Amino acid sequence: MKKLVLTASALALLAGTAMADPVRVGIAAEPYPPFASPDAAGNWVGWEVEIIEAVCAAAELECEITPTAWDGIIPALVSGRIDAIMASMSITEDRLQTIDFSDPYYNTPTVIVGQRDIQMDATPEGLAGRVIGVQVSTIHQTYAQTYFEAASELRTYQTQDEANQDLAAGRIDATQADSLALDEFLATEAGACCEVKGVVAMDESILGLGVGVGVRKGDDALREAFNRGIAAILADGTYDRISAGYFATSIYGQ
Amino acid sequence: MRAFWQPHRIVLVALALGLAVWAALTMRWGWIPRYAPLALEGMWRTIWLLGLSVGIGFALAVPLGLAQAAGPWWLAAPARAFCTVIRGTPLLLQIWLVYYGLGSLFPQYPWIRQSELWPILRQAWPYALVALSLSFAGYEGEVMRGAFKSVPAGQLTAARAFGFSRVATFRRVWLPQGLARALPTLGGETILQLKATPLVATITVIEIYAVASRVRQDTFIIYEPLLLLALAYLALAGVIALGFRWLERRMVRGLH
Amino acid sequence: MLDWLFAGWPGLQASAALLALEPPGWGGNLLRGAANSLIIALGAFGLGLVIGTAGALGKLGGGPVTRDLLAVYTTIVRAVPELILILLLYYAGTDLLNQVLRLMGQRPVEISGLAAGIGVLGVVQGAYATEVLRGAIQAVPRGQIEAARAFGMGPLQVFRRVTLPAMLPLALPGLSNLWLIATKDTALLAIVGFSELTLETRQAAGSTRAYFTFFLAAGAIYLVMTLVSGRVFGWIEARYRRGQARA
Repeated sequence: MKKLVLTASALALLAGTAMADPVRVGIAAEPYPPFASPDAAGNWVGWEVEIIEAVCAAAELECEITPTAWDGIIPALVSGRIDAIMASMSITEDRLQTIDFSDPYYNTPTVIVGQRDIQMDATPEGLAGRVIGVQVSTIHQTYAQTYFEAASELRTYQTQDEANQDLAAGRIDATQADSLALDEFLATEAGACCEVKGVVAMDESILGLGVGVGVRKGDDALREAFNRGIAAILADGTYDRISAGYFATSIYGQ
Repeated sequence: MRAFWQPHRIVLVALALGLAVWAALTMRWGWIPRYAPLALEGMWRTIWLLGLSVGIGFALAVPLGLAQAAGPWWLAAPARAFCTVIRGTPLLLQIWLVYYGLGSLFPQYPWIRQSELWPILRQAWPYALVALSLSFAGYEGEVMRGAFKSVPAGQLTAARAFGFSRVATFRRVWLPQGLARALPTLGGETILQLKATPLVATITVIEIYAVASRVRQDTFIIYEPLLLLALAYLALAGVIALGFRWLERRMVRGLH
Repeated sequence: MLDWLFAGWPGLQASAALLALEPPGWGGNLLRGAANSLIIALGAFGLGLVIGTAGALGKLGGGPVTRDLLAVYTTIVRAVPELILILLLYYAGTDLLNQVLRLMGQRPVEISGLAAGIGVLGVVQGAYATEVLRGAIQAVPRGQIEAARAFGMGPLQVFRRVTLPAMLPLALPGLSNLWLIATKDTALLAIVGFSELTLETRQAAGSTRAYFTFFLAAGAIYLVMTLVSGRVFGWIEARYRRGQARA
């Protein structure tokens, strides 16, 4: 009996480590509405989730959505725990040194959102002396560290959600993030505290050339497959159909 | 010391040194000069958060332990409930509850922003300090309860027979003896508190783990910052262990 | 049914709705996360016991090199924060494993999040379990072991019939503490994105902004787990101490 239990448990553990063929697409484990957030039943929903399903179907890949902690998502890709990253990750030179990207599948401006009753604009001078919150491991953190850290205080959060929470609580004066994600926040009850203060000055080397699918360096087969899928859904109108359900205008931005 | 340096130990230490030299030469350490000032700042923040939370937590733990060991039921029961709740829930949850839970109440009470306390309530370290201190108090309250109970009743009776007041009995007999018995455990618990400090990085407090995270995110180097970080914590734990051993030698003189 | 309570405390009804077991309430999610936490804790505790037994026996009966290496293992795990060990083992562990497999010519193996979580926490638990079990084994009266050897029992028989039953009651308080640490350490896996109770709580709180409600609910669930565990261990300890002189 003991031997049976032992073998059964060993097999169960091995089943968890079996060689698998589906492509594990990593998304951030933290909610990032409207792109990806969990609903009450535990399923992930959002624009990006639908795009993942559409791209995989068009590229004839069997994709498995794998929530992974955002600040460990690149190490997870490099170590083989996931095979691709589709978590609103921008294509930047820094990241290109470690991983490869597919063609971009959306591009939106970066904005500063701040407290209504404070005068500020989206420049280093306009934000001098203010407390700015950003999410770790994002282009926004890099941008803020490069441009704003000299004159303002920077606070880094595990998720954009927590930064928004502190913004609503008044602990920080402003936050820098993707305009669509922040629009979603401003539409909520907590978002009534704040407004868009402006779009930050473009710096392509930091803010990147849009959001793409991250794959391991040299994994060209997978990269080409994703490129095919993205081109396919752009051509046959699936991309526009999905976007219409979330946004008023196209966010492809190219 | 000579007993330490047996042949197999010399071989092992030589192997370890060889490993360290190999790591120093082959791995990427170029990021150290750029981040050294930030790392020192983070180290200092870890040390003072640890020291203050241990101090405040212990100051709270003594009355908590005393209430459970000798207090009336209306003091002992809340103390026991507090210790049970703290010891029964993860520290990470407690930290998030204190920071984000209280933070979610702020929008409902706008007058808080105009109050005097606002500059402090805005920052993250007060919440980290509160959560760490309460956690330490909860665990040490239980330890001090055991320590106070283990002091032989004969000592307390003898003190009373000498005419000591209750306060004097506590101050000169009960507390020192309880403390001496609890000291080894307290040393271990302080090291556990050191291991708990990285959790406050999740509420934006920049201590040494947060600095290592920032290095990892800026440079995408995965292992080297973590290894150096582990070394830093080993060093800090060693200092704490040595400190407590010195304290034990001083306090336990004469105690069986 | 609880209208009188809801009337006196308006926020309570909204909170109860949020915690409902069926969607759109998040209660089901939280309970699923709690189940995951328990599974990881059980796996980690079990693995820790196995490693701890091997470690304790190694420290007590192994050669000087074994003892030194085990001392290094236990010192490092007891001094370095679990968070860093989890990050190191999670990424470095799977990386190393895959590199070794690649060197041997095998395909890299994908380790599920569950297995990795259990493995990491098990290694951490193993170091503490080594110390607990070592202390308990050392406290078994030598006379009993010598008598067993005098009767001609082999080492495995001595361990199974004499050492193990004698040391179990001595080890139980330490082991029950270890179990509680295991259940609470699962919360740290939230930082590597594993879907246990604390992460589910943070996701629910983030999606609904009801931070207080969900964190308090999660705290209550953990508290229930620890109180029930305390009872179970108390019962086990009472059973094993049957016939022993009261301490």
